Amino acid sequence: MTEHPITDAPPTRESLRDWLNAPVAKSPGQARAQSIWRAAKRLGGNYAAMAGLFILIVLVGAAAFAPWLAPYGPFEQDLNRRLLPPSADHWFGTDQLGRDIYSRVLHGASITLRIALLAAAIAGPIGLLVGATAGYLGGWVDTVAMRVVDVFLAFPALILALAFVAALGAGINNAVIAIALASWPPIARLARAETLSVRKSDYIAAARLTGAGPLRIIVRHIMPICIPSVVIRVTLNMAGIILTAAGLGFLGLGAQPPMPEWGAMLATGREFMLTHWWLATMPGIAILTVSLAFNLLGDGLRDALDPRHG
Amino acid sequence: MADASNLARPSLTGRRWYRRSVATARILLTVAITMLGLITLTFFIGRVLPFDPVVAILGDDSSREAYDRVYRQLGLDRPLYEQFFTYMRDVLSFDFGRSLSSGRPVIDDITRVFPATVELALLSIFFGVAIGVPLGVAAAARQGSWIDQLIRVFALIGFSAPNFWLGLVGLAVFFAGLGWVGGPGRLSTFYQFDIEIRTGLILIDSALMQRWDIFQDAVSRLVLPVGILAYGAMAFIARMTRSFMLEQLSQEYIIAARAKGVSRTAVIWVHAFPNIAVQLVTVIALAFGFLLEGAVLTETVFAWPGLGRYMTTALLRGDMNAVLGCVIVIGLIFITLNLLCDLFYRSFDPRTR
Repeated sequence: MTEHPITDAPPTRESLRDWLNAPVAKSPGQARAQSIWRAAKRLGGNYAAMAGLFILIVLVGAAAFAPWLAPYGPFEQDLNRRLLPPSADHWFGTDQLGRDIYSRVLHGASITLRIALLAAAIAGPIGLLVGATAGYLGGWVDTVAMRVVDVFLAFPALILALAFVAALGAGINNAVIAIALASWPPIARLARAETLSVRKSDYIAAARLTGAGPLRIIVRHIMPICIPSVVIRVTLNMAGIILTAAGLGFLGLGAQPPMPEWGAMLATGREFMLTHWWLATMPGIAILTVSLAFNLLGDGLRDALDPRHG
Repeated sequence: MADASNLARPSLTGRRWYRRSVATARILLTVAITMLGLITLTFFIGRVLPFDPVVAILGDDSSREAYDRVYRQLGLDRPLYEQFFTYMRDVLSFDFGRSLSSGRPVIDDITRVFPATVELALLSIFFGVAIGVPLGVAAAARQGSWIDQLIRVFALIGFSAPNFWLGLVGLAVFFAGLGWVGGPGRLSTFYQFDIEIRTGLILIDSALMQRWDIFQDAVSRLVLPVGILAYGAMAFIARMTRSFMLEQLSQEYIIAARAKGVSRTAVIWVHAFPNIAVQLVTVIALAFGFLLEGAVLTETVFAWPGLGRYMTTALLRGDMNAVLGCVIVIGLIFITLNLLCDLFYRSFDPRTR
């Protein structure tokens, strides 16, 4: 034993690969690192998922550096240069007010990203908490929670979002709230199913024997188990969230003009579709690309992390 | 086998019957509770969530008397639970109130516009299934091949593309550019007053009247919206079919059948397909539900006088009664579809008994 001291941290760079590939993990930390490493390798071998990831990295880059990348400002009008087709000066052409569409699409990336992340950041934890609590406590809490989930699932997400927006009023913040309210229930159902599969495990019983209360068990011992599948689900949902947000923008209920939100841009471009196709086409391609990227990545994540549904 | 054991112990069938009716009763109870929840949710959205429903109707600058009158008309002076019971009674008798913009009862408006959506959705689901299922099976049969990759990408794009954008591009290319299809709307204004409405489905009505010119006009206008909605449904159905089929094809009975010398086509369609058929029905019902969602935006793009456009128009006018009426109707359709699937599942899939 003295020749092989049990260490948790990888000591040197050369042995990091060996440490990650070791046939037997020597500590919980190593085991966890190994399973993440293996999943990452599986994901890396999936070219479609990597393409999705690449697009999303580009999107984040575009969102972060839009002010420096965009040749023009998103609101910069030049009425002498209205409705110009795509050219070297204006890659995606210009709109009816002479604004550069390429610059607006770039600036729109951060809006789309913010809507999607905010909605996911609200819906994910709510779904996780409701699902884990219902699954662990069982009984009437479970019944009530699941009936509520059923009611929310009785509507397509867009319809529910429309109803909430109708009540709350149009606008980007209300759109985020509406989308989040419409997308937590499937996550709750998923988290509940995961919880049911572990609630009778020995480690939960052990935690209870050491005196842990329900709250501690749910938050510290059950929610972490649900996180991988919830993350996959949320990633897969992102595409739907982006489409819903764009749909709300298109109907004039989400982000309002002159904000360069892609759905709202599409709505403006609609009037010019038959004569100046680039106005609506370019933001549409942007929406398609990003939602495709999330779908590709989500598929890959599911294959890599969740071999049961391969 | 089952018959012999039933003859030997007749009481078992009785018990099984009892168990099944209890299970069915439980499903129906769940549905009733879900509907109650649905009503509660729409009540909450319509009456509680807006800061002031009266202002939502009258606008900001209304006189004090008008405000008080509407306030009492809406029953807002009564306690919340009383309002809720009135609301529930109304909804259960399909009274969604009057549309603020058209002045007619919302339910009349909905029954008038609904057939347009049904026509769109039925045709779309038909093509979605007719194309999606074979594609999914083909992809699963040649897992990993270029065909599989192609179908996956094709389906994934259908999944990811905003259908309102596809509609706009489709109109620009196929209507304005090539002139292959008819423009927005269900019929050209030329025919609008010629048609005698019986079923509300223009294809059937025009066929009944033997007016093939109207029929042709309707078809040319249906092609694009149906094509786009069917593409979305197809993408979903093909994806699910593929994954169900893959699951079946990895089972031992398939290997056994193949080892016995059954051809690959026969194994897929005779042995594996019946086993996924029940699951597929659920998926198709789900796809139909999503079509209603897709129809909201597609109808807006195509100026299609259906439920979706009615709802979005109402939304933009702040016509809350109409919006919630649509929400309830769509919710009811969803719940009914789910219920039918559930019952279907239970009677055809022995594993769920």
